[in-house]
Amino acid sequence: MADLTAKTPCAGLLPLSIGTLTLTEVDPGHMTAVAPLKGQTSALSEALKTAHGMALPAPNRATGKDGARTIWFGHAHSLLIGPAPDPSLAQYAALTDQSDAWAVVRLEGPGAADVLARLTPLDLRAPQFKRGHTARTDLMHMMASITRTGPQAFQIMVFRSMAHTLVHDLKTAIEAVTARAG
Amino acid sequence: MRLDGKGQIDRNSPVSFSFDGRRYQGFAGDTLASALLAHDVRLVARSFKYHRPRGVLTAGSEEPNALVTVGQGAAQDPNIRATTLELFDGLEARSQNRWPSLEWDLLALNDLGAPFLGAGFYYKTFMWPRAFWEKLYEPVIRRAAGLGALSGQHNADTYERAHAHCDLLVIGAGPAGLMAAKLAADSGADVILCDEDTRTGGRLNADTQEIDGLPGALWAEEITAELAAMENVRIMTRTTVTGAYDGGTYGALERLPHAVASRKGAPKETFWRIVAGQAVLAAGALERPVAFRNNDRPGIMMASAVRAYVNRWAVSPGRAVTLFGNTDSIHRTAADLIDAGVHVAALIDARPDATCDLDLRFYPGGQVCDSAGRKGLEAISIATPSGIDKIQTDCLAMSGGWNPSVHLTCHMNGRPVWNPEIAAFVPQPGMVPGLTAAGACNGQFSTHQCLTDGLTAATTALQALGRRAAALKSPRAEDTPYAITPLWSVPGKGRAWLDFQNDVTVKDVKQAATENFRSVEHMKRYTTQGMATDQGKSSNTAALAVLADATGRSIPGTGTTTFRPPYVPTAIAAMGAHAQGTGFAPQRFTTSHRASLDAGAPMIEAGLWYRPSVFPAPGETHWRQSCDREVGMVRNAVGVCDVSTLGKIDIQGPDAAKLLDFVYTNRFSSLKPGRCRYGLMLREDGHVMDDGTTARLGEHHYVMTTTTAAAAQVMRHLEFTHQALHPEWDVSLISVTEQWAQFAVAGPKSRDLLNGLLDKPLSNDNFPFMACGPASIKGTKARLFRISFSGEQAYEIAVPARFGDSLFRQLVARAETLDGGAYGMEALNVLRIEKGFLTHAELHGRTTAFDLGMARMISDAKDCIGKTAAQRPGLTDPDREQLVGLKPVGAIKQLTAGAHLFTAGDAPTRENAQGYVTSVAFSPTLGHFMGLAFVQRGPARLGEVITLVDHLRGITTRVEICDPVFFDQDGGRARG
Repeated sequence: MADLTAKTPCAGLLPLSIGTLTLTEVDPGHMTAVAPLKGQTSALSEALKTAHGMALPAPNRATGKDGARTIWFGHAHSLLIGPAPDPSLAQYAALTDQSDAWAVVRLEGPGAADVLARLTPLDLRAPQFKRGHTARTDLMHMMASITRTGPQAFQIMVFRSMAHTLVHDLKTAIEAVTARAG
Repeated sequence: MRLDGKGQIDRNSPVSFSFDGRRYQGFAGDTLASALLAHDVRLVARSFKYHRPRGVLTAGSEEPNALVTVGQGAAQDPNIRATTLELFDGLEARSQNRWPSLEWDLLALNDLGAPFLGAGFYYKTFMWPRAFWEKLYEPVIRRAAGLGALSGQHNADTYERAHAHCDLLVIGAGPAGLMAAKLAADSGADVILCDEDTRTGGRLNADTQEIDGLPGALWAEEITAELAAMENVRIMTRTTVTGAYDGGTYGALERLPHAVASRKGAPKETFWRIVAGQAVLAAGALERPVAFRNNDRPGIMMASAVRAYVNRWAVSPGRAVTLFGNTDSIHRTAADLIDAGVHVAALIDARPDATCDLDLRFYPGGQVCDSAGRKGLEAISIATPSGIDKIQTDCLAMSGGWNPSVHLTCHMNGRPVWNPEIAAFVPQPGMVPGLTAAGACNGQFSTHQCLTDGLTAATTALQALGRRAAALKSPRAEDTPYAITPLWSVPGKGRAWLDFQNDVTVKDVKQAATENFRSVEHMKRYTTQGMATDQGKSSNTAALAVLADATGRSIPGTGTTTFRPPYVPTAIAAMGAHAQGTGFAPQRFTTSHRASLDAGAPMIEAGLWYRPSVFPAPGETHWRQSCDREVGMVRNAVGVCDVSTLGKIDIQGPDAAKLLDFVYTNRFSSLKPGRCRYGLMLREDGHVMDDGTTARLGEHHYVMTTTTAAAAQVMRHLEFTHQALHPEWDVSLISVTEQWAQFAVAGPKSRDLLNGLLDKPLSNDNFPFMACGPASIKGTKARLFRISFSGEQAYEIAVPARFGDSLFRQLVARAETLDGGAYGMEALNVLRIEKGFLTHAELHGRTTAFDLGMARMISDAKDCIGKTAAQRPGLTDPDREQLVGLKPVGAIKQLTAGAHLFTAGDAPTRENAQGYVTSVAFSPTLGHFMGLAFVQRGPARLGEVITLVDHLRGITTRVEICDPVFFDQDGGRARG
């Protein structure tokens, strides 16, 4: 019997480079949904700090950095991205493996915010959406998670099954922005 | 005629274009209108109803006459205003609503029939016979009257939608808008400045006033350059703000210049949603015509437009120009024409006390009462105290005063107020929250007033934003007082046009009043005044003034009609950009999608998901052949099917069992870890919402399965139950649908197949029916469930989605060595109907557990959502339609879903209906069609032969009511 071989959500679709903009698939490592048990939010935050070096993020915020990051992921959930969850977290939170559930891409380059402006109603102006800000929002017709990871860089996540549509929609918007720039 | 030396056109960049097939040359900076006027082309359109010759009336987006069609085939774009259409090399424009040509339009005969074709004509004439309206009258009328036409093909152009955010949105970049933007920008606010023109400046580009000693257009250019250099300012030209919506949201349509739009990937237009903290409306004002007999001939134009063509585009619309009006606008135009060396034949100022120091024939207190000229103006008649004077002229510039562009302020149903000083409607503060009007649209007509009002409005907006206004002084500019004597229509016989676009005359409005359509809204519908692409921008105020006069009321007492978005015609293609075809919704692909396509499987949509219908084998030409084979494969060997699309909800926490007991009719707290159970979920109203199996993975850990298309609904239901009904429960919910690739392995050989793959072998004892638990494949962690939707011994194996493609290919390859293979949705459906298993064809929202024969699944020992409502007598009435099976006994062996059922001998009418068919399939296992249906008192009627009638497909046959489980009624095969 052959081993099972792994395929990433955007296999065969990315990377993409048009004009000054690049779209690449991110290997997020482990992704774990972390939902605090009743009354355990601060204990969980402490445990997260001890184990992974970052606090539990407030709504619409991300903590940590590339490689080990926790992003707010909607009502009562955060998503630990990068390391495998430390077993100590389990006593404070429901942990659910989501490593394979999301397509994760990185949009980078001058005009990245203009590209997203074609797809999401988020206010992405720098003072309103800084590095470390994150949101669950619409991306065209998909529900998405968008996090600013740099001055001209965003991490975008949608359901794995929608990877094809994600790349199509982003590519269309990148082409339009690039065409305007001339 | 083109003038020398003036204007904002680039004479070094000639541009060639065609109109109605004739080639012309213009310059960069021209509009189609200015370029045609430069070539003395005055006849550019035929009117809506009477097909009267029409020419350019205005120089802006309010143009009612000069509409053209651009583009060919699918890209044909009708009703483009020549006055805002930027000239580009190769532009091909065509006139509309004429046959066979613009010059010789046979439908101009309508004009001779004018006495019969006035307002209300259609309503009164085409009343009978009733059926003729749709089949005869309407098509003929639509052919004879109208504007441009769409191609009837799918839109071929690229459009775009986008979002923008700012502290202050400034709408209009004339003097008021520029000052407002500058002050807000200097004060540190994020500013978006929109203008529908190709450049900023507004009227400054069309007029010759100076600001701070500079020509107005140059001043605008300088301040624009300053703004453009600021990081907090975004200038959007060619962008019309089309509507004001809730929460400080504004719609705006941006037209990209042809040179940009023709690049690969670039859109033709972008529809913006701009969210602004505050807005300043500096939309300016529109000059209004005067109604007099035959005031619609080509060559009769707005005075402000004539000025714009002379100053901005260096075009004189005539060689002997006359002017008529009731404000100083005509004097300004006369002065600019004289300056440009154009002959001015006469100036007729309706104000008796008017004076004029220009060197020309001057008629104070005169009124133009008629015009002559077949396809263009040749002469006008002037009513003076001493009689009628006739003057030769090829262009009449008229002005009836100015209407502030209050449109956007009315988009939330606010009403403007009448200002008798300027004989116009002006906005009141607060009509749109967060929007302040400034400048001409606020009734401030001198340049000086506009500049200072812009500053005032910006200061108000900044204050609301919590910002300190920077110090900025208003520059020096003219401050001529606005003097107007209202003049709506010149008395006299004949037709005097109010609404050029809809061919509505003074007579039509009076007729409306006579027939008691006295309300302004009724008058509008009766006459069609103010409808179509220009939405009555030039005609509304005059029409209601005439109505007020005819009904003996004041203008404010008569009131205005309602302005609604969009301010200018907006392509639906722009508002719905990228949502055409497959762009309508995201596509969800399973991990086995590629492998299924490789196997030649046609896809069907289930919700947003794409699932294989069948996997055709070589030689199979019809889906039924493939389906029958796949069913046989599962019944006799083993089949593999991707079931990842079913919703999977992970439920964790000490109160997980409580939640499940509350949402399901049956108990899950009693389920042992390592086991699955079928569950039924009700809506609050007692009807069935969904069904599925839930597995208990641990003491505080369950995984619920939902129907594919009901996944979101069930998730929402669980969240509502937790957040709103029982927030005290310690439980957390998350969808894991996307995390796992899950495959059904079904059939007598399913265990053999899996045992060749799993690290630990299965037996019927160590993993019995309805067991679940962890498994592994060469070290890869998996989840295994012994559940069956086919009635066979079956498993569902789930692996992290990254391995889905690989596992599916291996499972299918192994199945094929065991005389099995992949099966699709068609076979899945046949297998479940053979077993009487349900889908949302049966759980369609109007059925109860009682109807489904599952009343006993509602546990007596506990409460659940929907339990009480399900006990209502109406929902447990034995006469209700209940689930049964059907098999054919008549000559016709085919059953159809959607057919209705009747007691044998009854007429197949609605009153006699006994029930309906929800699912049908041909069972290769049993060799005949079978159906699931709901029949009144069904379970009590087993064996009865009834009539099936499919009124839509024209099928009538006899069927026997039977048990809904057609195959393996004791379920031994699944347990074996």
